Amino acid sequence: MKQLKSLLPTALLGLCLGFPALSTAANLTISCGAVGAELQLCKEAVEAWSKQTGNNVEVVSTPNSATERLSFYQQILSAQSSDIDIIQIDMVWPGMLAKHLLDLREVLPANATQGYFQAQVDNATVNGRLVTMPWFTDSGLLYYRKDLLEKYNQPVPQTWEEMTTTARAVQQAERDAGNANAWGYVFQGRAYEGLTCNALEWISSQPQGGLVNAQGDIVVNSQASRAALTLAKSWVGDIAPRGVLNYTEEEGRGVFQSGNALFMRNWPYVWALVQSQDSAVKDKVGVAPLPRGGATGTHASTLGGWGLAVSRYSANAKLAAELVSYLSSAQQQKHRALVGAYNPVIESLYQDPELLAAMPYYNQLHSILNDGVMRPASITADRYPRVSNAFFDQVHGVLAGERPVDQALAELESELTRIKRRNW
Amino acid sequence: MSPRLLKKTLLRLGFWCLIGILLVYAVFPFYYAIVTSLKPSSALFQVSYWIDNPDFSNYAAVLNQASFLRAIGNSLVVALCVVTLALFLSLTAAYALGRVKFRGRGPVLMMVLGVSMFPQVAVLSGLFEVIRALGLYNTSWALILSYTIFTLPFTVWVLTTFMGQLPHELEEAAIMDGASPWVTLTRVLLPLLWPALVTTGLLAFIAAWNEFLFALTFTLTDSQRTVPVAIALISGGSPHELPWGLLMAASVLVTVPLVILVLIFQRRIVSGLTAGALKG
Amino acid sequence: MSVSTTLAPDDEYLLTRETPVQRRRVRAAWLFLTPMLLCLALVAAWPLLRTFWFSLTDASLADTGDASFVGLSNYLFHSGAGWSGILVDPQWWNAVRNTLHFTVVSVGLEIVLGLLVALLLNVKFTGRALVRALILIPWAIPTIVSAKIWSWMLNDQFGIINHMMLSLGLIDAPLAWTADADLSMWAVIIVDVWKTVPFVTLLMLAALQMLPSDCYEAARVDGIHPVKVFWRVTLPLLMPALLVAAIFRILDSLRVFDVIYVLTSNSSSTMSMSVYARQHLVEFQDVGYGSAASTLLFLVVAVIAMAYLYLGRRQLEVRS
Repeated sequence: MKQLKSLLPTALLGLCLGFPALSTAANLTISCGAVGAELQLCKEAVEAWSKQTGNNVEVVSTPNSATERLSFYQQILSAQSSDIDIIQIDMVWPGMLAKHLLDLREVLPANATQGYFQAQVDNATVNGRLVTMPWFTDSGLLYYRKDLLEKYNQPVPQTWEEMTTTARAVQQAERDAGNANAWGYVFQGRAYEGLTCNALEWISSQPQGGLVNAQGDIVVNSQASRAALTLAKSWVGDIAPRGVLNYTEEEGRGVFQSGNALFMRNWPYVWALVQSQDSAVKDKVGVAPLPRGGATGTHASTLGGWGLAVSRYSANAKLAAELVSYLSSAQQQKHRALVGAYNPVIESLYQDPELLAAMPYYNQLHSILNDGVMRPASITADRYPRVSNAFFDQVHGVLAGERPVDQALAELESELTRIKRRNW
Repeated sequence: MSPRLLKKTLLRLGFWCLIGILLVYAVFPFYYAIVTSLKPSSALFQVSYWIDNPDFSNYAAVLNQASFLRAIGNSLVVALCVVTLALFLSLTAAYALGRVKFRGRGPVLMMVLGVSMFPQVAVLSGLFEVIRALGLYNTSWALILSYTIFTLPFTVWVLTTFMGQLPHELEEAAIMDGASPWVTLTRVLLPLLWPALVTTGLLAFIAAWNEFLFALTFTLTDSQRTVPVAIALISGGSPHELPWGLLMAASVLVTVPLVILVLIFQRRIVSGLTAGALKG
Repeated sequence: MSVSTTLAPDDEYLLTRETPVQRRRVRAAWLFLTPMLLCLALVAAWPLLRTFWFSLTDASLADTGDASFVGLSNYLFHSGAGWSGILVDPQWWNAVRNTLHFTVVSVGLEIVLGLLVALLLNVKFTGRALVRALILIPWAIPTIVSAKIWSWMLNDQFGIINHMMLSLGLIDAPLAWTADADLSMWAVIIVDVWKTVPFVTLLMLAALQMLPSDCYEAARVDGIHPVKVFWRVTLPLLMPALLVAAIFRILDSLRVFDVIYVLTSNSSSTMSMSVYARQHLVEFQDVGYGSAASTLLFLVVAVIAMAYLYLGRRQLEVRS
């Protein structure tokens, strides 16, 4: 026993010295997808490609949270490290990461982005350099309970005002019928990027509404924003629970999927989940474009989505670009749409009969995507996080009742002006 | 029943009530995590207090991932090495700081404490550069080395205090016999320090086992990742979905070894900390 | 670890005259210190100096190599438009206020509750060892995990806390624990207190067991009321251990990050100094500004820690 005790430290030291060895190097390293199904899809595609071409590719998993993923990438890129060749980036990052990324036009054929949504390609292009290959897209949708609308004989709302009235009426009726937990509307109200997406939709759906326009002018302090935020503020505590102020996508889905909400704003991923076998609202859910802001407004969905980019510090940039073009090919995009509901960025795929059969809402999705609004990430470049933060902070303050709409908009305008200084 | 007996009974009753409240308060969240981890995903959004129809699919899913088991292994190695390294370094340092009076002792102690006054996120990128410069990126060594930044100040301070309180006659006798400081430390003082070593070792182990930010930044591939990162990387079928059941199952799996460890060493911790805390 | 022994060692017994033995001991001491100092220098010196240096530049996370020296303008800067910099940023002062509020309330609660629990568990009863072990569980769970468990339990719609309080009739509508500005700080404090009370309890238990029993005998013979005994005898004797527990908790509370970040993200009603620093450093990519915030945080912590150690030492000297 005594001997054992004295041997223990030596054994431990030996273990420590011997254990940590470098892993074998691959030809390429790709970071794609953080999450279960997505990662699986990516791994399969990468494996198929490496079999085809005989290259050795390592797939690296990254954190789910976009902020964590971004800082993880930045750490590696600003060290000019060749540890990762291909990264999957959010469509609000190209402006921030551009200088570390390869111009894909240099290595890919000229028609590489033919047939893609123009908005997506524009967003991926920084100073004339295509730094990202758009891969799949996301947009805000209005989920509604078909059965409840039918029960109370209400149409699918076309404007936010209609949505509010319908939600209030149905919520009251449902509560009178005994469901004390019934709510009219849930959305993403936590002070985070998701609220920026939601609030951008509210103000962009109003006539002449917007945050920062394509020329980089700050246009947020407007009648449109005033109308939109005043209406949104009226929801909290009335048709939406007060807790919505700390909801992300999942908390909202929890309320909706357990049958306690009439409307929900969320991303396409929710479709498969609310329609799953054990969902309380299976076959009772419909999807519509988000409402317009008043009779003269437009439908506006914030576009999300991800693209693939090649690091400038990659030792095998040409090879990496080839893998990128394989992964973003029409055939791959279709496969990913069918298996994982990742919405393609190639327009023609929305007319694909096979896809339409599997996902009936694809018809609508095409027009939703065409009406989509981009967050002002390209124009504000590396200041975008501040812009978004200032925006969701003020909106959150309004929703929480901490400050009046006018004051918040005025403060937001001067804050954005300060962030912008002379130019973005 | 006499009034006195009644009073005594009531007192006992009240006492056990307090103990009950205390236990519920301390253990309930952990219990609830277990309950959640045993529910199928569809039942998540309904409140339930008891485990009925335990569903082990979450545990199966977590344990089926080779990378999770690998992560547990990595965490074990990293935490054990951190403990070994931190204890060795702070033991020698504590001898100097706790048993010898010399100029600069106070500043050294304050400096060591000062290292742990910066927010972790601030030292992250600098440490990243150090790790890369040493060529340790994506190895367990990167973590072992960087974890000393928050374990060492703690272990040094605690061991210094313990060391300072050992009866000095022992050491004087050793010095009279002509023993070198190294022999004095390892043969005379070390045997008396076991409780303190166990305590600080356990605390350092928990700190290293639970660390997330460094582990995320300094490792890249699944083969090098540790448990907290593996938990953070567990996610649902799509970017916004949070798989609560899986998360809770993984958390329970990771916490149980720690709880067992704490149970085993409980007596040691109490007696270990006592010696240091009090004589001040 | 004791405040007084660490700062003012009780080492009069050591030889204080300059003798060869003493000189050899000092040499050996430095030799023994070297590995630890080397290791700390290796991992800590560069990152800390770098943070300090970056706080004087306009470095950005996207490219830290491209930084230029801007003096103290991250801290305070006067331009034509007025003052700018952290020191005039209301958000920073809000974060400082929040952090101090959090520290005072949670450390205070932890100390009081920890002491009460320790007194309770100091009573002899069957199963005491097991109870003592079980109450340590909160402390052993990783913060990132326990914060997630709590955010699940505190959810306004399907959280079990609201469910319980509703069925007990304590509230008549679900509370939005983490969303409501008035409640969210309390939610954070509740979770932190839950997690760290065991640590304090542990120290207090140890301290209670070390109390000399003759004081109690004397008190009982004199027929002094137990409450009076606690205030007059027990508490003063526990004071050193209490102070030790408190310094640890204060240092950690002043740098609090994960609990707040997981529970309430960047919400301004709970933003702490660490959350503020991270927001600028990571989310806003502003390494210069974020480093300046980190440096200020360091200064705040250092000042409070030194003041505390100084006061604590005085206190301990008076006692003994």
